[in-house]
Amino acid sequence: MTDTNSAAATGKLPAAPRALRATASALVSLALTFIGLTAITFVIGRVMPADPVLAVVGDRASEEAYQRVFLEMGLDRPIWEQYLTYLGQILTGDFGTSIMTTRPVTEDILRFFPATLELATLATLIGCVIGIPLGVWAAVNQGRWIDHCARVLGLAGYSAPVFWLGMLGLLIFYGNLGWVAGPGRIDIYYDGLVEDPTGVILFDAAWHGEWEIFWNAFSHLILPAGVLGLYALAYIARMTRSFMLDQLGQEYVLAARIKGASEFSVIWRHAFRNVLVQLITIIGLTYASLLEGSVLTETVFAWPGIGQYITTSLFNADMNAVLGGTVVVGICFVGINMLSDLLYRFADPRART
Amino acid sequence: MSAAADPQGAGLRAWLRSPSPASTWQARAQRAYLGWVAFRANPIAMAGLLIVVALVLAAIFAPLLTGSRGLDPDLPNRLLPPSAEHWLGTDQLGRDIYDRLIWGSRVTLYIVGLVSIIVAPIGLAVGTLAGYAGGWVDTVLMRIVDIFLAFPRLILALAFVAALGPGLENAVLAIALTTWSPYARIARAEVLTIRKADYIVAAEAQGASTWRILRKHVVPLCLASVIVRLTLDMAGIILTAAGLGFLGLGAQPPLPEWGAMISTGRDFLYDQWWVPTAPGAAIFLVSLGFCLLGDGLRDVLDPRSGEA
Repeated sequence: MTDTNSAAATGKLPAAPRALRATASALVSLALTFIGLTAITFVIGRVMPADPVLAVVGDRASEEAYQRVFLEMGLDRPIWEQYLTYLGQILTGDFGTSIMTTRPVTEDILRFFPATLELATLATLIGCVIGIPLGVWAAVNQGRWIDHCARVLGLAGYSAPVFWLGMLGLLIFYGNLGWVAGPGRIDIYYDGLVEDPTGVILFDAAWHGEWEIFWNAFSHLILPAGVLGLYALAYIARMTRSFMLDQLGQEYVLAARIKGASEFSVIWRHAFRNVLVQLITIIGLTYASLLEGSVLTETVFAWPGIGQYITTSLFNADMNAVLGGTVVVGICFVGINMLSDLLYRFADPRART
Repeated sequence: MSAAADPQGAGLRAWLRSPSPASTWQARAQRAYLGWVAFRANPIAMAGLLIVVALVLAAIFAPLLTGSRGLDPDLPNRLLPPSAEHWLGTDQLGRDIYDRLIWGSRVTLYIVGLVSIIVAPIGLAVGTLAGYAGGWVDTVLMRIVDIFLAFPRLILALAFVAALGPGLENAVLAIALTTWSPYARIARAEVLTIRKADYIVAAEAQGASTWRILRKHVVPLCLASVIVRLTLDMAGIILTAAGLGFLGLGAQPPLPEWGAMISTGRDFLYDQWWVPTAPGAAIFLVSLGFCLLGDGLRDVLDPRSGEA
């Protein structure tokens, strides 16, 4: 590392403040995005045709009671003040009470979120474990049949409606072949048998050594995760292929070949290492979009996750729950993307200096 | 960019290949012709074009291709399997699924077209303005674009529909609200590369107004990348619309929207599998077609960008 003087002389900041500055600017844009997100959900909540006061007092309330609640909810104050109050509530984790479940929305979200997390995590894992080698393989054999197969698979995974794939999967693997369990997270007679401190059934069952429950939950999970995983796989394989082609055309690869390195070493030790760094962002993006994209999959598989919570609340005009869910998913989405961006900055020496 | 009105009749090919075009119109026609030649050489892109053209034809000639509009229930014939009379079987109300699919192509095109004509002008306007004006206008506009880019699109569209109420038009509006931001990004990037170009300076020196420069010299150059991106996004737009329809938030029955058809067909998945399967296959085919077409168009119109 250079000392401060020479760094100042060349007009370059030393590495540490640079990293700090990158982090700071990421935090600023995170904050701005957060403000934007909450502003939009706030506006959506206000333009709703439903009267929020009537939702609380009911339509038979007296004029007096209506006025009192109207004032209590702060609806007479200027709009920016209402927004600040709303922002304050969100920052303290208060999304109001769900009309549907009559519990605080935050509590509901904590109950439903682990199911989505479980689904999205396994799907991303499937996407990485199959997608990355497939992408590398396709790039190495560019233009041959494996490359075309990977391309077609990639486009198919991107073009097929995920809810339709889920239904086909249920029809074939559950209805006809009986290989996997049907909709839901676990068979009803196993429900509640295992303590669930984390809410992630696979983890809790394994922790308590309840392998029967573990396998039951797994057979419920594998189909929806596989369907979402296909989407992840398509994207990851496509990007891996294009990054890999990029690297294989570089001069250092040629140098390694001239040096007499084996093909395996050239591909995996030289080129792939650089690809891996670029893949961090892609995997982060996939994970974030799976957290969001599981809405439709959860509906098909009756999966009690956050996506299903949001859609059911939507049909019950339960606005607190819808907006709370939207904000939480939005924050996760933005947060994961920022995190992978930061990771990339620290992993790639070129982005660091 | 159609070469249909050819001023020289028989010598069309020679006119299109002439090394020294005599008019702007001829130069443009030549450009389009060269693009077409490159595009035609790409079989995958041609397959995409074929699918999209088939979709448009199906939408235009729907009355000729079908026996009914697929709206009237025919309860004695409900849930029939595919046969010579009903190619794709009938649904839970006895309506012919093939007829509904063909008429549904109109709904799909309506959604796609409406989203495009909302999204492209907004993106172009914001992007060119930000890129050309620079300074704080640029900073503020791009911050807004970044905020929209960072959002989870499907969830946000859901929230918008929740506020606006379910329905086809509201679904379109919700999709447009969550789709416009990348276009502003693209347009701005294009503008930044040409803003300092000599011909812009020349136009400025001739006293052209900012509005005229933007309209005549800047926007046309951004169009190619916007169109490519739009074609590539079509699949996503169709899938989102179908997803909203599937959740019951998009087109409402009895409109033959493909996503809504899957949703109602879900109850018959295990016993009458063709009811939900056929519309899903249609969505798959059409979004695949747009993907392939977009890939091919990108290679022709935008040789700089590789995989993105």
